[in-house]
Amino acid sequence: MSESVIAPAASVSRFDVEKVRLDFPILHQKVHGKPLVYLDNAATTQKPRAVIDATTRYYEQDNANIHRGVHLLSERATRAYEEAREKLARFLNAPDPRNIVFTRNSTEGINLVAQSFGRKTVGPGDEIVLSEIEHHSNIVPWQMLAEEKGARLRVIPIDDRGDLILEAYESLLSDRTKLVAVTHMSNALGTIPPVEKIISIAHARGIPVLVDGSQAAYHRAVDLKALDCDFYVVTGHKLYGPTGIGALYGKREHLEAMPPWQGGGDMIRSVSFEKTTWNDVPFKFEAGTPNIAGGIGLAAALDYLRSLGMDAIATHEREILDYATRRLSEIDGLAIVGTAREKASVLSFVLDGIHPHDTGTILDREGIAVRTGHHCAQPVMDRFGIPATVRASFALYNTKEEVDALADGIRKAQELLG
Amino acid sequence: MRDDLRDLYQEVILDHNKRPRNFGKLDGANRHAEGYNPLCGDRLTVYLDLQGDTIRDIRFEGSGCAISKASASMMTSALKGKTVGEAEDTFHRFHRMVTEEGSSDAESLGKLAAFSGVREFPVRVKCASLPWHTLDAALKSEAPASISTE
Repeated sequence: MSESVIAPAASVSRFDVEKVRLDFPILHQKVHGKPLVYLDNAATTQKPRAVIDATTRYYEQDNANIHRGVHLLSERATRAYEEAREKLARFLNAPDPRNIVFTRNSTEGINLVAQSFGRKTVGPGDEIVLSEIEHHSNIVPWQMLAEEKGARLRVIPIDDRGDLILEAYESLLSDRTKLVAVTHMSNALGTIPPVEKIISIAHARGIPVLVDGSQAAYHRAVDLKALDCDFYVVTGHKLYGPTGIGALYGKREHLEAMPPWQGGGDMIRSVSFEKTTWNDVPFKFEAGTPNIAGGIGLAAALDYLRSLGMDAIATHEREILDYATRRLSEIDGLAIVGTAREKASVLSFVLDGIHPHDTGTILDREGIAVRTGHHCAQPVMDRFGIPATVRASFALYNTKEEVDALADGIRKAQELLG
Repeated sequence: MRDDLRDLYQEVILDHNKRPRNFGKLDGANRHAEGYNPLCGDRLTVYLDLQGDTIRDIRFEGSGCAISKASASMMTSALKGKTVGEAEDTFHRFHRMVTEEGSSDAESLGKLAAFSGVREFPVRVKCASLPWHTLDAALKSEAPASISTE
């Protein structure tokens, strides 16, 4: 794989959010008669024109099944899909595209590891260590595995700010620990745990680590070579790409040793009724016709992110988060939930005497899309003794004016319901 | 403030949200059921003291949004002393009012007509109807029951 040359101008030019917003057609509409303020990015991000066009172009010009046709369209489709794998490997700084297994989303990536790697390595009495801030998708697959194998889950607790308590983590590890599975960023609180430290502590004991990159990967540059985790999962629709495409990164030695988890076409080398031999990694884990258009759309999204520069995006989002934290802190009766030392792009909060669901409805009528509820992270809500929060989550196209609209909307909710 | 929001959050609803009536466990209840809406985390228990065919007393407890809390509060106020048949009939009319376009049931529902604005907020219909579904479960079962609106 050849490393493509990036123009240095991209990283030094000022991040122009108004110009960037023009790349996202969906943002330029009114909702309930008000300009759309989209602050539900932790659920899914909007798609730049380049992604929409790449997907359309594929269906209009290149649509064919991949990896088998000898005709030109199949060749073009195969090349585009495999380029997507190369681009994702480069985006995450993975050693090789063969480390990348395409999945439907990060949930499927975690289930793949649980069902293939987990079933092979976890036995009765063994333990899997998670953290209290995991999304349900990084809890339930392990619970299912633990139930099947007679293993159990151990949970790294968090403190009142939403930071992981590392001393407790170290004391949870033992000879029984077969895997550590932690998020790279909390979807409910915005916490960015010290995964580098978590990984090195586990590795010192020979314990493999899975990192859930669903939230982190679209906010900051990810360097898997430096991170050195054993598995990493991402989902395309949060990376400004289409839904239904995601990926699992795995270290080569793990992927080689793991049995396939779904059988079908494309994942085999030869099939007879007596015996089937598996295809090479990563194809061994990709049974059936994949989401080709999704992969191609994701590649366009990664090109787009590269053109803006992940560091420039992170800097812009940091500014928005800081501004939003300041503006919302000024509001009486508002408490921010999640004040970790290191966090990104998520602002969860509760209002005195007003249920998040009511706040969400009032904000919606102001054109502001936020998420209300437990954010598929019920253990986090339990930890803070609340049923739900309002969550504003930011992306590269959000502005300070939108934060102002949010603050005004919250005051309206207080006026009406306070 | 926008008219549709005023229709949703009418004064009577805001009042019942702030000062819910018949709130708290009912000692001596002979029926109860739990309701849960996983979408927003609303959770409530409806308690009944059923004597023959009559709801002699009814209370609720739990936590939820303004719509579900007010709905539970106003439901308990409306049904105390009513028969099971009357309660079920009210439930059906209430349900039609919050879900069906052009329903004329509001006219016969008295104070409960305050919830007619919910129809314009499809995702909130479950909030308003959760207490009623929970009541229905409590009426229909001898043993403690649990229901969910999802």
